[in-house]
Order: sequence, then C-alpha cells, then structure tokens
Amino acid sequence: MPIGDSIPLLGIRWDDILFVVLAATLLVSALLVVTLRDIIRCGLALIVSFASLAGIYALLGDPLVAATQVLVYIGAISILILFAIMMTQTKDAPTRLVFQTQVWIAAGASAVIGVVIAATVLATTWPAGGQRLWTATADVAHLLFRDYVLPFEVVSVLLTAAVVGAVYLARREPSRREEDRS
Amino acid sequence: MSNSLDSYLVLSGLLFAIGTFGFLARRNAISMLMSIELMINAVNLTILAFGAFVPPLNGHAAVIALLVIAVAAAEATVGLAIVVAIYRNRKTPLVDEYDSMKD
Repeated sequence: MPIGDSIPLLGIRWDDILFVVLAATLLVSALLVVTLRDIIRCGLALIVSFASLAGIYALLGDPLVAATQVLVYIGAISILILFAIMMTQTKDAPTRLVFQTQVWIAAGASAVIGVVIAATVLATTWPAGGQRLWTATADVAHLLFRDYVLPFEVVSVLLTAAVVGAVYLARREPSRREEDRS
Repeated sequence: MSNSLDSYLVLSGLLFAIGTFGFLARRNAISMLMSIELMINAVNLTILAFGAFVPPLNGHAAVIALLVIAVAAAEATVGLAIVVAIYRNRKTPLVDEYDSMKD
C-alpha cells in the first residue's frame, strides 16, 4: 500500500518534513563538530552530518551522489579521520582549551559570512524552476565517460599521487631519526 | 519548502559558515581538517541544488559533485598524513604550538 504524497492528518508534504528534519540534523551535528570538547565525539558528529547530507542529496533527486557520499565520506574519509584522531591524541594533551584566543572574532566573521550568503540568496531571483528534477544515473554515466572523460582521468591520476604522497609522508623514518639523535 | 532552490542554498550557506567558524577557531589540526570537509560538503550541496533546479545543469552537476568528492578524498588523505607527520615531529596536534619559526 503506497503512502500518499502528504502526511494524512496534518497535510504537510513528506518532502518538506524530510527536508526540515534532515536540515536540522545537519546543522546541529555540524555545530557539534565545531564546538564539542572531545575530538572523538567531533568525529562521530561529523559522520552524522555526512549521513544527513546524503539524505538531502537523495531528496534532491541524486541517488548516485547520495550513495557516493555514503561510500566515500562515511565509509572512507570519516574512518580515516577517526584513525588520525586516535594516532594523534595523547592522554596528557591539553583538552581544556578547545578554541584559539580569537574565537569571538572568528564567530563574528563566520556569522557575517552566513548572513551575507543567506541575504544574497534570498535577494536574488534565480533562473530556476520550482520543481526538483530527478537525475537519471544513466545520463550521469554518459556525461562522465563522454564529456568529462579528461577530468575523470586527471582525478584518477590525482588519487594515485595522493595515495603515494600520503604513504610517503606518514611512514616512519628510523634512519633520519637516529641521525638527529647522534 | 523542499521545492525551492532558496532553502537549499541558505542551508549550504549556513553549513559553510559553520565550517568557516570551525576552521578559524579550533586549535586542533584535525578539527580544522574536519571543518574543511564541512565547507567542501556545503559547496557540493550548492552544486547539486543548482543541478536539481536548473534543467540545463541537471546531469553536469552530479558529475562535478562526484569529481569534487574524489578530489576531497585526495585532500583529506594528504592533509591527515601531513598532520600525522607533524605530530610525529612536534608531539602535539595543536596548531598554535607549531611556532618554531617565530623564534
């Protein structure tokens, strides 16, 4: 039995309520990412914000990008960040001070950025339709492997270079360490 | 609400502002990287919102968003490797203690 377009008793459309819930989750978890004291919890809140953003992508009609968001951001980048957190946190690290000394200046500057962006968006008349369009995955595949094939290949080279560079940067260097000591 | 471009753009603007605040205010290098990821995600949301509401951009926006995600993955990999390498030298993840060029 299919559920209707809107919630039966309230008359609110499902899409609207989903958008509000996902957007609220996204903003709250993003705020937790930048304000929580314990950095592991920041990483977990980051996963929540990535997940709600994947929901928003699905709501926008981009199932392929939503799936990629789950795979790459939640599955790879978040785990990488959590591993890096565990490698760089020591128990005696000062966790008392989370923010720099210019935290209020930073808060003011970012509030100005947010207000300016929101005002600009609301004051501009965009040449956009009032209806979301579904993005067909087959169209994306045709575009990606026909029109955008050069950027695609460049990105694959970039990823290879990034992996090699990361391994080079993060490996231990026992020989140089001993030279420093002597 | 879910059918207007403005709400998505305002949402991504707020997300970008939160990321900016985290980048400017946090002391931990990994927190700063997480804030960068938030900002990249805000930009991606903008791209996809335009793609969903402007018909000529429909497929292109998804392709560009996928490329942005791939480049962001590369950036996160190298950035975290740099943080780990610096941590190994200086024994602290706090960026305001990386001040050896001041002396």
